[in-house]
Amino acid sequence: MKASTRMVSRTQALVWLAVLLVVVFLVSVFMGRYPGPGLMTLDRLSSDELARSLVFNLRLPRLLTAVLLGMSLSAAGVIFQMIFGNPLVEPGFLGVSQGASFGAAFSIIFLTHSAWAVQSSAALFAFMGLGLSYFIARRVRFGGWVLRLVLAGIAVSALFSAGLGVLKYVADPLSQLPEITFWLLGGLWSVTWPQFLSILPAVVFGLVVAYQMRWRINLLSLNDETAYSLGAAPGRERTLLLSAAVIATSAVISVAGMVSWVGLIIPHIARRLFGADARYVLPASMLIGAIFTVLCDDLARVLFSGEIPLGILTSLIGAIIFMGLMVRQTSPVEK
Amino acid sequence: MNSACLVKFERISFSYPSAAQPVMTDFNMEIRSGTVTAILGPNGAGKTTMLNLMLGWLKPQSGNILLDQLTLNHYSRRALGQWMGLVPQSEHTPFEYSLLEFVLLGRAPHMPPLAMPGEDDLKIAVDALHQVGLSSMQNRSILSLSGGELQLVLVARALAQQPRLLLLDEPTSHLDLSNKGRLVHLLRELSRKGVTILFTTHEPDVASALATHLVLMKKGQILKTGTLNEVFTSQDLTVLYQLPVSVVDVAGKRVALWI
Repeated sequence: MKASTRMVSRTQALVWLAVLLVVVFLVSVFMGRYPGPGLMTLDRLSSDELARSLVFNLRLPRLLTAVLLGMSLSAAGVIFQMIFGNPLVEPGFLGVSQGASFGAAFSIIFLTHSAWAVQSSAALFAFMGLGLSYFIARRVRFGGWVLRLVLAGIAVSALFSAGLGVLKYVADPLSQLPEITFWLLGGLWSVTWPQFLSILPAVVFGLVVAYQMRWRINLLSLNDETAYSLGAAPGRERTLLLSAAVIATSAVISVAGMVSWVGLIIPHIARRLFGADARYVLPASMLIGAIFTVLCDDLARVLFSGEIPLGILTSLIGAIIFMGLMVRQTSPVEK
Repeated sequence: MNSACLVKFERISFSYPSAAQPVMTDFNMEIRSGTVTAILGPNGAGKTTMLNLMLGWLKPQSGNILLDQLTLNHYSRRALGQWMGLVPQSEHTPFEYSLLEFVLLGRAPHMPPLAMPGEDDLKIAVDALHQVGLSSMQNRSILSLSGGELQLVLVARALAQQPRLLLLDEPTSHLDLSNKGRLVHLLRELSRKGVTILFTTHEPDVASALATHLVLMKKGQILKTGTLNEVFTSQDLTVLYQLPVSVVDVAGKRVALWI
């Protein structure tokens, strides 16, 4: 049947993306600035104690976290864009990003600078952002559920963003302000095994829920009455998916800071390649997002001796790729 | 004609939370199995609200809606989705679904919540597109369609749902004459296969071309209900639209003339 051969070709494209991710990951393990900028040889890894420790204690957890980061932000991006029926929203929406930023700055100024404290505070406030948005949305007396969530999210984000402004204003300009700024730019330099393991359960939970519901996301992108008439529970199922997305997102944001643009552009790239059906767009976004983040992190580590914040690179490279894709007409994957 | 009563509205009162005026009060209606019923009424009569009540999406403040002798809350959402298909007036999505992907969504109520559509679902969706005459466009983007084509795609999605009761909200509002003809033909065919059809319209001609039964609705009240011959009269339509309408027989068909 014609239709089924097309499906296979999209599935094949997904398999190739997965293979590409594995290759990029393996190459990245050997890439860095030790002993010199570029690739490390296998010989070196087996003979040099320092090289082994570097690869297994620093690069591996960091690269694995980059994979989780890319997958979470991109999957959450797909979910947010489809559920809100708006290709311009991103996973930080609903007060999550601004909440996390505020939480991190709060910890840096009033609590301690330790990575753990900053991380927990960021995660806590990310959830507070979401909770507050949800609570306010339930009390808004007009509009559909989606509109109410959007409005509440915007208001809560503005609130936290103002709060962050105040914190930056009162922060010590020599010690605290640079640290806040650095966190806001995003990066994975502080990640080791404990950080990776601490976010793993939340991320796996979020991604598994999203992946299991991947076809259903299409249904939930329709308007309320239609989704209902097709047997869905629009309010409940959307809330479940958004929570899964936010859980994964706030977990990765808490260790990586603000890594912008991944959640916004990767779903667009996946849609350009695979069409709109979330059955393919969700896994494709997860794979492309992981590849993209790992590559950007490679550049962040290797390009200069002082590390470039990851968030700057994802924005820069993402924006360039995005412009290229928008201009190009044809898509390489058959739909 | 003594077919069983499929849908029954019993003393339904409904008002939207923000509105002062109730949309309907003490509303009673019966739809018999196997009929094609047109809900005819001017804009703002409460026709779409009535469809949403029937779906169970809106809940009445008082009264009962019975589907096949049981109130709606006896049915799960999926069961309702298997019973009733809705063709909304129009629908907007910013995403470039192909026609086939979009129509495939109609299979959802027949699938377990986390399942992926299989070969059979695909076949049914392709067939539904074929029935509305758009099978040659199944890989086109839904965003490239005209308003009329989109309306036919929405019909195809409801066909893929294989409902026993098909609800259509102003199904012909964006259609040109040839597509109107195609839809009328298709709905007659479905009715012959035993599907009960209920559609709203504000065009008397569409009602007379298709319906066996008629419900005249105005301001949340039923003005009159009965078979086409009983209700589609100069007198009733004049009252309904508050405009002189005369019904004449032309080549064996009832036609409403106005002005």
